[in-house]
Amino acid sequence: MENFTPINSIMGGLLIGLAATLLLWANGRIAGISGILSGIRIPIQADNAWRTCFIAGLLLAPIGYMVLSGRELEIATQASPTLLIVAGLAVGFGTRLGSGCTSGHGICGIARFSGRSFLATATFMGSAILTVYLTRHLMGAL
Amino acid sequence: MDNKVNFLALGTVFASGLLFGLGLVVSQMINPAKVIGFLDLAGDWDPSLALVMATALAVTIPFFRLILKRKSPLFEANFSLPDKTDLDLRLISGAVLFGIGWGLAGLCPGPALVGLTSLDSSVLIFVAAMLGGMLLHYFLLESRD
Repeated sequence: MENFTPINSIMGGLLIGLAATLLLWANGRIAGISGILSGIRIPIQADNAWRTCFIAGLLLAPIGYMVLSGRELEIATQASPTLLIVAGLAVGFGTRLGSGCTSGHGICGIARFSGRSFLATATFMGSAILTVYLTRHLMGAL
Repeated sequence: MDNKVNFLALGTVFASGLLFGLGLVVSQMINPAKVIGFLDLAGDWDPSLALVMATALAVTIPFFRLILKRKSPLFEANFSLPDKTDLDLRLISGAVLFGIGWGLAGLCPGPALVGLTSLDSSVLIFVAAMLGGMLLHYFLLESRD
């Protein structure tokens, strides 16, 4: 467990929890990223405005972080472009079919004690852990 | 619905997105290697993701309870909550598929969007494909409803 970063995890978790709390309290919305993003429609409609504002906040957050902390973002991946395309398609299609992702089911849904969110979170956690086991340990590094 | 109220509401949504994104950056959940470190139980296990989720839930569980006792949110007439309750095959197969993609790339929708700012080519490819997957679902299963 030498990579464990408990302080960062707690600070980040607090910020995420407060963000989801603020959105529900002020706007009555669930902070589910896949749902907010995929609900944006063309041609432009009124419901797009809040969705776009939330996404804009997400996109600008790392710029604020880099300016304030003077640090770079660390993003390391081993996945090939082909694998990234397959993974992206699965995440995009799967989060719509399953009505949510880590944020909507894992943080907001569980906080509402939604049975669907408990089941979805257990399922995607299990599926992801199994996928990593199969690709990293049985089939070798992809 | 005068403009001032509307502006305040949208400003609050923006602040929520900003805080959420900042949380993902600070917790390093935008780094696929960090996420894979959690999902890889048989490797050098990194429990960070679990602690991020647990901390976020320690905030949302009590506050959601308090907020949902109110008649309405601050800036809207009603809460917009999911109303489905059935544990159906769509939910399970969607979650399985999402988990496979998450395990392959170490990216899920929030961190992928936040990571776009880095202009990292892996994240750009992933997000393009993710939007493709969402559109595919829309045209195959939603637009006919």
